[in-house]
Amino acid sequence: MLTFAIRRLVLSVPTLLFISFAIFMLLQLAPGDPMSQVPLTVPPEVKEQMRQALGLGEPPLVQYWKWLVQIFWIEPQVLWDHWFGTTFSEGQLRVISWQTRSPVMDIVLQRIPQTLWVVGLSYVVGVLIALPIGIYSAYRQYSVFDQAGTFITMIGFSIPPFFTGPLLIVIFSVQLGWFPSIYDTTLVVNSWDTFMVQLQQMIMPVMVLALQTTAQLSRYMRASMLDNLNQDYVRTARAKGLSEAVVVMVHVLRNSMIPVVTVIALGVPAIFGGAIITENVFKVNGIGQLLITALFANDLPMVMTLTFIFAVLIVTFNLIADILYGVLDPRIRYD
Amino acid sequence: MTNPAPAAITALADKVPSKPPRSKWTDVWHQFSKHKGALMGAAFLIFITLAVLFGSWIWTLDPQKLDIRNKDLRPIYTALWDGAAKVAWAHPLGTDNLGRDGLANLIAGGRASMAVGWAAMLLSLFIGTAVGVISGYFRRLDGPLMRLTDLFLSLPILPLLLVAVTLFRQPLRASFGPEGGMFVLIVAVIGITSWMPTARIVRGDVLALKEREFILAARSIGTTPFKIIQRHLLPNVLSPIMVSATLGLATAIITESALSFLGVGFPSDFPTWGKMLADAVPRMNDFPERVLLPGIMISLTVLGVNYLGDGLRDALDPRIRGR
Repeated sequence: MLTFAIRRLVLSVPTLLFISFAIFMLLQLAPGDPMSQVPLTVPPEVKEQMRQALGLGEPPLVQYWKWLVQIFWIEPQVLWDHWFGTTFSEGQLRVISWQTRSPVMDIVLQRIPQTLWVVGLSYVVGVLIALPIGIYSAYRQYSVFDQAGTFITMIGFSIPPFFTGPLLIVIFSVQLGWFPSIYDTTLVVNSWDTFMVQLQQMIMPVMVLALQTTAQLSRYMRASMLDNLNQDYVRTARAKGLSEAVVVMVHVLRNSMIPVVTVIALGVPAIFGGAIITENVFKVNGIGQLLITALFANDLPMVMTLTFIFAVLIVTFNLIADILYGVLDPRIRYD
Repeated sequence: MTNPAPAAITALADKVPSKPPRSKWTDVWHQFSKHKGALMGAAFLIFITLAVLFGSWIWTLDPQKLDIRNKDLRPIYTALWDGAAKVAWAHPLGTDNLGRDGLANLIAGGRASMAVGWAAMLLSLFIGTAVGVISGYFRRLDGPLMRLTDLFLSLPILPLLLVAVTLFRQPLRASFGPEGGMFVLIVAVIGITSWMPTARIVRGDVLALKEREFILAARSIGTTPFKIIQRHLLPNVLSPIMVSATLGLATAIITESALSFLGVGFPSDFPTWGKMLADAVPRMNDFPERVLLPGIMISLTVLGVNYLGDGLRDALDPRIRGR
């Protein structure tokens, strides 16, 4: 198991390198020029110097190498300095955003809490709703609850977030006036009232994202429970007189959770991707919204770094899912 | 010179089947028609496809025609609860802020959305099946192709789609025209980034099928690999391909709408359902139907496709069929 984990960990490094290289080369094809906004009166020599300052004069491979050094060598140093007050990174050039001329990682770190709050909470809520629905509808297969649950999850599966978002805004912000339609990130939570405001503004984005999670997960949970409920060991457990609650909630649930846990792990990066749309709908200034604005502003270092962060998330959670699967299921042997 | 067989032996004789054996597809249809949701989904999908294909001949208004005197009309049904609403029978689903007819736009938008969905789905099926069959059949290519699949699976799809669309918009527009270029671009990026599940499923099935006797028999009479794939393997992996086709259609429609919603889709004068929805969001307070109608169309189509996929999966799985 450990060797498998280490092998997967080592293998993920070339994967990430290749992905970052592919994204970098894709961005090299970008037709936009960061110098296009510079007035025509600026002489070409000055323009050339500005280009050099942005790191644009070098061949693409050198640029890629510099980006790698900045991300993997200088940024960790900056983090280290920030934590321990050392000065390793002094004078080193960090990845600079073309939009704001400030280090990309600083902006990303400012934006991440909003995304994590909304996305993370929605994922937790989604899981908490999905599991009981899946368990109960599998236990009472073809009952009214099961039929209704399957239908509702199918609908949740089919309605895209860019429709549920505006729909919720029309109903709850416009007609009922319960929740604000725009997420206010400047809000500082320091009292009960501000906490309630924060709660109110989080409900709708969380619900939109949670609907997607719930729909997918409860279908998996139901199918996995159904697989296990007809097994021989369940009959044995019932035959030796265990109560129904113990049979379902302990014996069956534990075995059915194995595939579901990996699906939960695999779904985390997908929900970050889905949050791009939800953040756009509710004007949450998280990293998804940052990516969109950077794209439209032709801010390539920002786009590159953000896309790479998404790729890191996916690779990490794939790894976690694989390892979890092996840890939870003793039948799986990787070696 | 044959004696009539004794009674004991007649009882042992094979029974003649009472009715002709049923073909596989009859069975499949039988199982499929038991799934009410799948039937309704299929019916709705056929209806919507026909409606967007032939609707513009029945409702002949030009979706681009500006009728500024009749701008901001509400749909005809709002008159039911709001007598003062501005409605007109000439525009049953209302008009937008430039007076373009809602129904005609919905039909034209649906045509674009469905065209993108079908084309992207077919492209991703083609790539996925090709990669799956090749890596399943040719052992030497299995490793590299599956590593490639893993690699594609670890790509952040939506950010990459956004990047690709914004980057390649200009050059493709120059060579294929504004609408054609966007169509080619969106179909290509969705197709290239969504073939991986199909490839994995097809590879698994091909790996199992390859060891079966009929493949050995075909090989022993000197059938070329290409012919084996074409005549023996592809028909046998048809069912998982069909199921992933429905899933692919649903994701392709949603992805196209999401791109349009984020503002990197088709040009502004070319309606698609996602674009209509996105354009209507700023004024959804006054005109909720402009958000609701395209949104409902997207959701219903995807719901129908998903139900169709569910039913197909049950009907095409021989372990479930006949129970």
